[in-house]
Amino acid sequence: MWTFVSPRVVFGEDALDALDRVTGTRALIVTDRGVLDLGLVERVRERLEQSGFEVEVFADIEPDPSIPTVERGAEAARSFAPDWIVAVGGGSPLDAAKAIWVLYERPDLKPAEINPFIDLGLREKARLITIPTTSGTGADVTWAIVLTDPIEHRKMGLGNHENAADLAIVDPSLAAGMPPQLTADTGLDALTHAVEGYTCTWHTDMTDGLCAHAVCEILEHLPRAVADGTDMTARTRMHHAATSAGLGFGNAMASLAHAMGHALGAAFHLPHGRAVSICLPYTLEFIAREAPERAAQLANRAGISSDTGKSGARALAQAVRHLANTIGNPTSLAEAGIEREAFDAALGKLVDHAQNDTQAITAARSPSSEQLADLFRAAFDGISVAF
Amino acid sequence: MSYRFPSNEWIQELSRLLNESPSYEGSAKDWEGDFVFVVEPDGALAEEAYLFLGLLHGKSPDAALLASATERPAAYVIRAPFSVWRKVIDAELDPIQGMMMRKLKLEGDLMKIMRYPKAAKEIVSCCADVPTDWPEG
Repeated sequence: MWTFVSPRVVFGEDALDALDRVTGTRALIVTDRGVLDLGLVERVRERLEQSGFEVEVFADIEPDPSIPTVERGAEAARSFAPDWIVAVGGGSPLDAAKAIWVLYERPDLKPAEINPFIDLGLREKARLITIPTTSGTGADVTWAIVLTDPIEHRKMGLGNHENAADLAIVDPSLAAGMPPQLTADTGLDALTHAVEGYTCTWHTDMTDGLCAHAVCEILEHLPRAVADGTDMTARTRMHHAATSAGLGFGNAMASLAHAMGHALGAAFHLPHGRAVSICLPYTLEFIAREAPERAAQLANRAGISSDTGKSGARALAQAVRHLANTIGNPTSLAEAGIEREAFDAALGKLVDHAQNDTQAITAARSPSSEQLADLFRAAFDGISVAF
Repeated sequence: MSYRFPSNEWIQELSRLLNESPSYEGSAKDWEGDFVFVVEPDGALAEEAYLFLGLLHGKSPDAALLASATERPAAYVIRAPFSVWRKVIDAELDPIQGMMMRKLKLEGDLMKIMRYPKAAKEIVSCCADVPTDWPEG
């Protein structure tokens, strides 16, 4: 027995029109300064005000949102008393908005107490709309929340099925202005979601198709979206693929590349998509040594390899590296600009945090602490994994 | 040799396997908090059973079959019907997924336990390694 959680998803050209049919009195928009400065929040605010909403904006979400930030956001919500929370942005504002919503509804909880094993009783005060402005996060449709503990410099995987949004508005025009680097990083994030959602031990019949479809779409359309940001066909296919991947992995799980990427992101503030996608080929190769079947099957579905064993799985890893090379992204942590001295100093903590990341438990092959350290070293040096 | 579930011998064998597991020791080196597993009757089990598993700093110093859930204080209590425990021990049900679907009910400091997912996985892995003799219904 398992479950599939999804908001109502309105997608495609003019999807933002869905806001015209939302009824209520007060909307709190949760976003970040960058999205605000791009004028994207204004497009949402205008729609809501035309529908009769009183609107306030909380734009203090930082990259890798921290616990104190969402606590301040919850205070803002309690003060304004919205009946809708509207998250606009990439993964950080969307995840932060989910946490702010929970804390607004449940002031008795601490952020770290948002877990999937309890009943939250949400939707007594407000509901949630998510509007992604990047094509990668999938946070518009997932229930997961990733927050950073600024004291321990550790990312925490939180969330509860109830805190999936009520409505996700997936309008590709909102992502059309992404610069090439952001397009690349977020697109590779979506690819990592799709690959890990398919290959993790929690994959299901309901998620396999979404993940496999997203992999095919991303391999084809991400290079085009990076090379020519005005290619709205590629932009649209990427925006939809990111949400498909979100539905896929969000109802399965991510895996080892995410566990390592979270640790790296917290330690070195690498962009999330870059961090997880650098790790992905190495974790695929590691898992392929003992459990290559799922990755090989995915390589087969994506037309990368017809081999059903280790070679197929390794071909998928190589395809990920090839895509990163094609769009100008690093394939090792050294290439990503991390200094060896800093890496060596952080390695113990990276291993500790990655092995205790919730995403690590769904790997088809579970690494020991020593193997995890070797995986980080391989990812640093850019050396294919043969252990 | 196999061990009947639930029994004093079964939980002691699990404790012994944990003490021999470097993976568990590494993943739970800071862990402090004992467990009581409540096995609710269904199918082949007629009476509720209570298994105590002491866990401290990557080791299991103690384990015993209890007469009641409160006989020994424990930081965590996990309750589930016998048939659900069997699926967990046979590795047919991931206990975290089981808890998410409310098949297993966990009482205790959830904030703390969520920081040790690998340790939880190692315990389940050791459970699967206990040669288990199941009562017939």
